Amino acid sequence: MKALEITGLKKTYDNDHVALDGVDLSVDKGDFFALLGPNGAGKSTTIGIISSLVNATEGTVRIQGLDLKSQRNQCKLLIGLVPQEFNFNVFETPLNILVTQAGYYGIPKSVAQERAERYLKLLELWEKRDRPAREMSGGMKRRLMIARALVHQPEILILDEPTAGVDIEIRRSMWEFLEEINKNGTTIILTTHYLEEAETLCRNVAIIDDGKIVEQGAVSDLLSRSKFQSFVFDLKQPPEQPPVLEGFKVTHCEGSRLDVEMPLGDSMNSLFEQLSSQGLEVVSMRNKSNRLEEFFLRLVSSKDQQEAS
Amino acid sequence: MDSIAAVNVVAFKTIVTKEIRRFMRIWVQTIVPPAVSALLYMMIFGTLIGSRVGEMDGHRYIDFIVPGIIMMAVITNSYSNSVSSFFGAKFQHHLEELLIAPVHNFVILAGFVAGGVCRGLMVGALVAAVSMFFTKLSIENPLITLLVVVLTSTLFSIAGVINSVFAKGFDDISIIPNFVLTPLTYLGGIFYSVKLLPDFWEGLSFINPVLYMINGFRFGILGTSDISIGWSFTVILSFIVILASVALYLLNKGVGIKS
Repeated sequence: MKALEITGLKKTYDNDHVALDGVDLSVDKGDFFALLGPNGAGKSTTIGIISSLVNATEGTVRIQGLDLKSQRNQCKLLIGLVPQEFNFNVFETPLNILVTQAGYYGIPKSVAQERAERYLKLLELWEKRDRPAREMSGGMKRRLMIARALVHQPEILILDEPTAGVDIEIRRSMWEFLEEINKNGTTIILTTHYLEEAETLCRNVAIIDDGKIVEQGAVSDLLSRSKFQSFVFDLKQPPEQPPVLEGFKVTHCEGSRLDVEMPLGDSMNSLFEQLSSQGLEVVSMRNKSNRLEEFFLRLVSSKDQQEAS
Repeated sequence: MDSIAAVNVVAFKTIVTKEIRRFMRIWVQTIVPPAVSALLYMMIFGTLIGSRVGEMDGHRYIDFIVPGIIMMAVITNSYSNSVSSFFGAKFQHHLEELLIAPVHNFVILAGFVAGGVCRGLMVGALVAAVSMFFTKLSIENPLITLLVVVLTSTLFSIAGVINSVFAKGFDDISIIPNFVLTPLTYLGGIFYSVKLLPDFWEGLSFINPVLYMINGFRFGILGTSDISIGWSFTVILSFIVILASVALYLLNKGVGIKS
């Protein structure tokens, strides 16, 4: 069964800006799915329409087989939303925020109190339950929005840039938490700028650009289509001029840093031999970006080049 | 009752509880100031000046103005509660908590309006209690008094929601109260009987809807009014129907709250 099916979704804002230009997308029930794209590509508009915060101009959205337009309230019961911006009453306490949100979904206060306690404890916010939300750190506020989105126990959890601006430690703990609830059957759809996040967590991704889905499929399939990878080398001495490396492409050379692009699967022995023969000593090396990021950047830049030509 | 209807019953209670908690949390800003203003009105206009005015419509001046002062507090507080709460929720984006939930727009409107009515009635009761220091407040028609005050409070709470739907900044939520509501209230016969006015101004006063509310309330308390109670109810109910329809249309269209 599909958790989400979007067909021909279009959105034109009042200022005539076309945010979505015929988006087709489907997400399986139980999937961990990422919607990727550059800024302004249409990710947040898509999520806004699914969660009823934005009116679609055209197209259909089905949530677990229900039509969003004609069965909107039934659809809303199935969805939990963690938006990009903080959107809770900062003067309220986390406990009240959760109990109130549960009330909006018809959950009686006694049950809401129990659930609020459970999710605040799970997300390590219980100690802050009676303090105004404005006193919490950015990471705590993000976790509060996740707890709030889960309090009515939705079948689909949508997260718009959930880890933006949080430190690595909190990000990792949020990933673990999301993986856990996904294992328990909740479908998760997220947008993110951290492609490492998508590669680590998600089984399927879609890439949206200029209001259209340009790629969609399993992360493993997309990665297998990636033909290149890039490395950053730190050299002991800065080269006098960028080295010429046969079979490899030097994409950046500044100071003692050297960026090299190479076909995926090629041996690196020849690269090290050439560097050594030119008197360049490698101190350390690392992947320039993760593989999904590489694929994403190539996809977007090739499209930009096509448009320019 | 289907499941969505049951959800909406709980949602309505939740919105009202949240609204009451909101204005009670800041009671020094929301509940006390109207009582202080009313106290000053009664001292200055009722006791100091009123003792020289004599009778108005067959009543002591202080007795005549007390219903109007109570009603003024109810009107301004009902309006300002819903306008500030709804606009605050819109401005801070936590209105989205409601928009993504399976709550009918009618229930959203009813919840904010009920919050406004609760504050209006609470402030009205406090002002009425303050008036006891100046007059013996006896109510001629309790049912009419209650109906008029609840309906008027409802009307202005709805108007507050409409104002906040269109508001884009804090200036926009003060323009109507300052430049429309206050003049209409002061010219709505709080401090005088319109029978005292020259014919032209008396006639003009009858296009002011607040006149019907204050006089309806005064009829409930004192048993006398410049306007028949039937007309008062007709005007109040008509405005409620019109404004509620406009508010629901705006919410259904998502004007000012959805892209």
